[in-house]
Amino acid sequence: MRIFANANFNFIRWRWHALIGSIIVIWLGVSTIFLRGGVPMGIEFRGGAAVVVQFNKPTSDEDVRRAIDPVSHEAQVQAYGTSSNQVMIRIPMAEGAAETQILESGTQQIEDALNKAGLGPFTVSSADFIGPAVGADLRTKGIWATVAALGGILIYTAFRFRPAFAVGAVVAAFHDILITLVFLTWFKYDMTLNIIAAILTITGYSVNDTIVVFDRVRENERTMRRKPLSEIVNISVNQTLGRTFITSTATLLAVLSLYALGGEVLRGFAFTMIIGVITGTYSTVFIAAALAIILSHRSSGPTQAAVATTKTNTKSSRRVSA
Amino acid sequence: MYKNLRWKFLTILVVAGLAVAAFWPPQARVRRGLDLQGGVHLVLQVKTDDAVNAETETAMGQLQQALKTANVSFTGAKQNGLDSFTIEGVSPASDSQFRTISDQQVSTQFDRDSLNGAYTFTMKPNMAINAKAEAVQQAIETIERRVNALGVSEPNVARYGAKGDQIVVELPGLKDVARAKDIIKSTAFLTLNLVEAGPAADQQTLLAAYGGKKPDDMDVVTGDIGDGTTPQPGFFLVQHAPAITGRDLQNAKPGMDQYNKPNVRFTLKSEGAVKFGAVTGANVGRSLAIILDNRVVSYPRIDGRIATTDAEITGNFSNQQASDLSLTLRSGALPATLTYLAQNQVGPSLGADSVRAGIIASITGLALVTLFMLVYYRMAGINAFVSIVLNLVILLGCMAYVGAVMTLPGIAGFILTIGMGVDSNVLIFERIREELATAKGVRQAVAAGFDRVFITIVDTHVSSLIAAAFLFQFGTGPIQGFATTLFFGLIANVFTSVFVSRTLFEFLLSRKPAGAATLSI
Repeated sequence: MRIFANANFNFIRWRWHALIGSIIVIWLGVSTIFLRGGVPMGIEFRGGAAVVVQFNKPTSDEDVRRAIDPVSHEAQVQAYGTSSNQVMIRIPMAEGAAETQILESGTQQIEDALNKAGLGPFTVSSADFIGPAVGADLRTKGIWATVAALGGILIYTAFRFRPAFAVGAVVAAFHDILITLVFLTWFKYDMTLNIIAAILTITGYSVNDTIVVFDRVRENERTMRRKPLSEIVNISVNQTLGRTFITSTATLLAVLSLYALGGEVLRGFAFTMIIGVITGTYSTVFIAAALAIILSHRSSGPTQAAVATTKTNTKSSRRVSA
Repeated sequence: MYKNLRWKFLTILVVAGLAVAAFWPPQARVRRGLDLQGGVHLVLQVKTDDAVNAETETAMGQLQQALKTANVSFTGAKQNGLDSFTIEGVSPASDSQFRTISDQQVSTQFDRDSLNGAYTFTMKPNMAINAKAEAVQQAIETIERRVNALGVSEPNVARYGAKGDQIVVELPGLKDVARAKDIIKSTAFLTLNLVEAGPAADQQTLLAAYGGKKPDDMDVVTGDIGDGTTPQPGFFLVQHAPAITGRDLQNAKPGMDQYNKPNVRFTLKSEGAVKFGAVTGANVGRSLAIILDNRVVSYPRIDGRIATTDAEITGNFSNQQASDLSLTLRSGALPATLTYLAQNQVGPSLGADSVRAGIIASITGLALVTLFMLVYYRMAGINAFVSIVLNLVILLGCMAYVGAVMTLPGIAGFILTIGMGVDSNVLIFERIREELATAKGVRQAVAAGFDRVFITIVDTHVSSLIAAAFLFQFGTGPIQGFATTLFFGLIANVFTSVFVSRTLFEFLLSRKPAGAATLSI
């Protein structure tokens, strides 16, 4: 069984269309995010309390909200997971707000309020209380982790290939991160530490895909020295198309199992991975390669291919051409 | 052509065997994070300013005492702020004597400044830093003692965060979180002070005999008065200098008083007992307030000199309260107040559910992927299956061997490892297909495929390793579990997808006559 066995799509011809299309989608998405007031932050970053309560009998969100009202007027209640007896109660904790004293009492106040409203019996499945100071700390760490990872990958790729390729790879990864954020906001997933971990994984995965193409380009340049870079890249993308498609499908199967069967806690993580795998494939084919060509052309035309070939050849040929 | 197949198989078996030996049985060998076994994770902040304040107060008191003993007069002493105090009105005649004494007492810790007969002492910066660091260390040790007494298996108490004033406490399997939090946080600062006046219903009545002003060597403390059924707040005027403090305590145990109500029996150290005997002997008929964390718990009357080392605290305690109070008194007082900054707790049922869900998802993912590979790559799909399974086995083995903690995101990392394994195998298989298409012999095609692809695999794995490294650096507990899984999964993948997969191909091909072989791929 073969897919894309002798593919010969002219990806490079459509590179500007693809880039502009992506820019439009990102622009629309980011505007939506801004209009909605930013990416919704989980309590780990905002500070707040998130308590998952499992009731013995079906309980409506509204009843719970009313019960919790004396503890905090800002509380949000939403269904959690697949059973109708589980809810998540969220209480934001801003710096200096009255709700911060919940950190001391923990679940006690919430449990008392629920008992008083007669909603028992129930069990607390999990409870997270993050003070605003710790929240800010985690937020900084999350951003640094992403920035540092992108930086590290940029340096490694520039070292192994050439700067133009490295920029292409990192921009493609960044593009994937933005698209993922847009989808997370549209589907109302809160930004949590798990999702940051998923985003970093997508970054690795997207660059992974891109490196496979660039590796093929590097190999083809050795045998196709007369051809311009854009054509070599096109051929390389077509050659690796089958592999890219199959890997994405297989990884998608694995991640879909996680989404469907892995439980509620990991659902945001799995969703992020699904989006990431799809856009990772798209960005490798259309964005990274296209950008690499554009940036390579900036410096010079076909001669760039010859210069690059020299870099990757053995020492002896370098001496000859120098 | 395939000479070393036996050695290669042996190597693979040994590695796999070591891995399985490391993590079997998984219940005992693989450490589970709090999100998988249930428990609570707490972050506390130590108010290190309290420690600095206490140092300054003690130094001021000691200097005053020394000056009084040497008959050096001064008009007043007051503390300004956390780390400095001023002594005023030193007469010019005793000036040099004052300087000598203050040098003896506090010059190693405080810098001295003089202005118009008033001397201001400010704590040296590195002394303040030391006091803060010591406070945190002492808090960690005290909390460890208390936590050990809670009966939790494998508790963890450690410094946390970059600023050095935060402590993390992890209590796996703990069910009564509220009680644990109370025990950990209670400063348990105990003093017994002689009562000068009170109890009174409010502060004015209390200070009426003193002209409405609190004398310098006395304190106003609140407490519960009443017979125990309905607590009424009351005010007490007590002597500032305590008769004995918690430091004089040797031991504390819960017990029963003569009315069969729970109380706390404590034993004093020998010097404490001597002090106690002196105070009680000199003050028969007066009340002695037992003050815990700045609240009067009870105020028994001294009926006679108490020369023994045993005494008791009665109050309105339940059995649990008496037991908890004994625990905190035994562990020693905290040097500074603690506040809670964060709390993550997972109930035990959620933990077990998560493990089960994770395992089901992993097995389903593996099954789907294998099916897919079999359909697309035919028999070579089995190759992929074996290498992925071995990948997961080695991954678990590494984690168990290193003692890494498996968390819920770590289980997700498992599933991602399946994805990575597929990735590498697809790279190799596609390459082999290409090589086969160039009409090389089958064995050469397989060899060429593996050789050409190796460098690509290394490149892709390094970039993911970079992401994993930063995840570990900046992440907290569960995320670090994920980063660890990712890291070991990537490394194991290079071994399994290249070495193991190739050995399997070579084994298959060695069975067939060279040159006439076909490959199901």
